Amino acid sequence: MGLDIWMRENPLTYIWVGSYAVAFIIFAVEIAMVIHKRKITLQQVRLMREASEEE
Amino acid sequence: MAINWFKYSAPTTFYPLAGRLIPWFAISSAILFAVGLYIGFVVAPADATQGEFYRIIFIHVPSSIISMFLYLIMAGYAALGLIFNTRLSSMMASAIAPTGALFAFISLWTGALWGKPMWGAWWVWDARLTSELILLFLYLGFIALHASIDDPRRADRAAALLAIIGSVNVPIIYFSVKWWNTLHQGSTIKYSGTSMHIAMQQAMFTMLAACWLYAVAVALARVRSIILEREKNTKWITELAEVK
Repeated sequence: MGLDIWMRENPLTYIWVGSYAVAFIIFAVEIAMVIHKRKITLQQVRLMREASEEE
Repeated sequence: MAINWFKYSAPTTFYPLAGRLIPWFAISSAILFAVGLYIGFVVAPADATQGEFYRIIFIHVPSSIISMFLYLIMAGYAALGLIFNTRLSSMMASAIAPTGALFAFISLWTGALWGKPMWGAWWVWDARLTSELILLFLYLGFIALHASIDDPRRADRAAALLAIIGSVNVPIIYFSVKWWNTLHQGSTIKYSGTSMHIAMQQAMFTMLAACWLYAVAVALARVRSIILEREKNTKWITELAEVK
């Protein structure tokens, strides 16, 4: 009940915090995961290359 | 000048091309997000019946459209990989799936936030909502199935079948508001015209373009990692500048 009244009194805050902020946090997390994945994949490939050179 | 499109169907040529394209897509997406939000929240007027709540449309509709469109593209790439046995197609399908799942989640989440003030409920088992939820499960199923098989080529084939069969859900989502009597409203923009204010249309299409460019940038960045991972034993990977 409290949320119903609050959302009707603050529609823009409700929209921003509830949907836009959540969507942009999801995008930020996805970007961070993609960057992290690239970093660890590059590390793996470098390690493999170094190991094969030592052999 | 004839362009040899098949040239970029090989990971060796696609990898550097994707690297060059990512910044363009990412920067364009960021600019369009800023413009779309400005038009949507500053220029566009409040709705006559829904007041300020309708402004969720600028993220809800683009994410719903992109979630469906990405699924079709993912299924298309998966089918190409299955039919022609092309490595890059299957890699692209794997790269698109997580982004598609996130857009389906955003669509459902923002829909729930819109539904509460308008319908008085976060969720109803309406045909449009339920079919979009199935789309999210199909994406998650594709990712889980692919991850559960160790051999990547076998995983590609199994997941491709799921993607192709699941694509039947996309027209069901799109036409659900016509085929069934749903609580979810029908399309506001039709071929015959629209009653939407011009600023609302501009904001929605700008946000749609921004979401699309974002999805392409992220999928390209992800496919580069997949290429690196799968081709790590090849000579061309060891000769890359970033690996040295």
